[in-house]
Amino acid sequence: MKEVVISAKNLTKVYKMGDVEVQALRGLSLEIYKGEVVAIVGPSGSGKSTLMNILGCLDLPTSGEYSLDGEQVANLTGDQLADIRNRKVGFVFQSFNLLSRQTALSNVELPLRYSGKTEGRKERARQALIAVGLQDRITHRPYELSGGQQQRVAIARALVNDPAIIMADEPTGNLDSKVGQEIMDLLLNLNKEHGTTLIIVTHDPRVAAQAGRTISVRDGVVEEHGL
Amino acid sequence: MNLSQIIVEALESLNANKMRSGLTILGIVIGVAAVIAMLGVGNGAQNSISGSINDIGTNILFVFTGNDQAEVRNPRPLTVKDSEAIADPFAAPSVQAVAPVIQGQHEIAAGGEKTVVQVSGVVPVHAQVRNETLTEGEFINESQLLGRASVAIIGQDTADAIFGRKSGLVGETIRIDGQPFRIIGILSSKGGGMMGSQDNRVLVPFTTSQSRLETGSADNVDVIYVQAVSPEAVSAASDEIAQILRTRHRTAIGEDDFTVFTQQDLLSTAGSITGVLTVFLGGIAAISLLVGGIGIMNIMLVSVSERTREIGLRKALGARKRDILTQFLAESSLLSFLGGIVGVILGWLIAVAIEQVSIVLESPFQTAISADSILLATLFSAAVGLFFGIYPANRAASLEPVEALRYE
Repeated sequence: MKEVVISAKNLTKVYKMGDVEVQALRGLSLEIYKGEVVAIVGPSGSGKSTLMNILGCLDLPTSGEYSLDGEQVANLTGDQLADIRNRKVGFVFQSFNLLSRQTALSNVELPLRYSGKTEGRKERARQALIAVGLQDRITHRPYELSGGQQQRVAIARALVNDPAIIMADEPTGNLDSKVGQEIMDLLLNLNKEHGTTLIIVTHDPRVAAQAGRTISVRDGVVEEHGL
Repeated sequence: MNLSQIIVEALESLNANKMRSGLTILGIVIGVAAVIAMLGVGNGAQNSISGSINDIGTNILFVFTGNDQAEVRNPRPLTVKDSEAIADPFAAPSVQAVAPVIQGQHEIAAGGEKTVVQVSGVVPVHAQVRNETLTEGEFINESQLLGRASVAIIGQDTADAIFGRKSGLVGETIRIDGQPFRIIGILSSKGGGMMGSQDNRVLVPFTTSQSRLETGSADNVDVIYVQAVSPEAVSAASDEIAQILRTRHRTAIGEDDFTVFTQQDLLSTAGSITGVLTVFLGGIAAISLLVGGIGIMNIMLVSVSERTREIGLRKALGARKRDILTQFLAESSLLSFLGGIVGVILGWLIAVAIEQVSIVLESPFQTAISADSILLATLFSAAVGLFFGIYPANRAASLEPVEALRYE
């Protein structure tokens, strides 16, 4: 029996642009199981980004049910959402989003600072950097690192709090194909070793092909579950 | 996040924009320095004035004609008889000595030089009552008073203006309104201070002044200085004097047509004037602190919009509203706190500079920077940093993570 980590039912999301209402999601439902590697694909304007924001607890659906790792995520306040993001979601962005003034170690440590843990933070951050193969870049700052290395730091940051899911938004989009493949290998490897559920939002068919399952989104609903 | 971590992060981010942070701090520095220096000048003026009033002596009373508290029709002038009545030990046991003075502006001349100064007719006991001392010669004595002698005691500045020197003048002759007077003494310097120059004046015997200088004065006097037997007896003396004068002026009913002024009254009057001065100076300086605060708000707003993505990222990683709020408040408070510290030092330097300039200008003036004013300026600047930091910080904390992350 596969354990469900993400369960979304009838999600809708309506944006108000002045007087016009835009429906980004129209009753979308999906389930993702623990340890899966899922690619979410779809043309721009399909509601893919909106779905990613809601699954990543960055935003709330207008209606529908969403549970992440057994916790209901609806009608939560901003701070409660922040808490869930901190504990359950690791983000990897297309443009890395590292703090340029801080070392790789402090960047990785950042989620731990907001989690209220005080002990062993540096050590856990160091372990995460070793896990992504950056043991000799620990005190470097982002501008002293290559694009691939920066994305590795970002992955270490996503890992450090031992999240239920890692949410990667076009993780290879800013990298050349060789380095991009290295990053994909790293992510897939982490999934294999730690069993962390991996959700990749991408345009790139070669990236999507490496996922265990591809979910296509179109016009605010799931077109294909890939099951 | 603990406090030291918050401060370190705030320092790091201020350090990333050294020029901008420096200029923002400068705004606060100028504000705090101005407050410190101005309060120092105001308090210094207060000390200087109360100092010179204290020099008058704690057991002195002044009696004037007229009453500034109420409208009195045709007040009767004070006379020599009034003065004698006050000196009566049975009617006024608290009074030790009485020194009536009659005065006017007259032209002083010697050897082609001339100047106009205040010439006061005084009695021998005046030296004791007003604490006058001489650098040379002797004070006016009883026989000179009785004999209406043409003798004069001159102040240091008067001597300097007429003779070009301040000593060796006893025996010289000066002309007051053309009449020759022999100099018998030089007054010790009492300094300029806030009360006008005490060194540019001439004293002559009371009777001489009556008969030669203030010829139209009849028996009237301008002011009566009274010395009480002790500082504690001042208020009793004041009541006794008032009682005597009311009887003599037949003003037992209605308003007094004279005023008895004590050193305490002078102190409180001067204190309220310099208090207003201090508040005024401090208030003007506080405006510049306010402007500095607006500078902080401006820079923090710029910083928030520049770092929108960073804020979005921090929120995505689990930062709560409060975490972002404290981060930005820490930065603005740190700006104003650093500005406050540098400002206190600069303000103190300005005060020292003002003292040095006043020494060069030959009117020495001591500024007084109290712990109170340092505390006030520092707390005020910290409050300014917090107050003007709240709006930008709140704006940062309220950003939606989705929109902040998408921001370019």
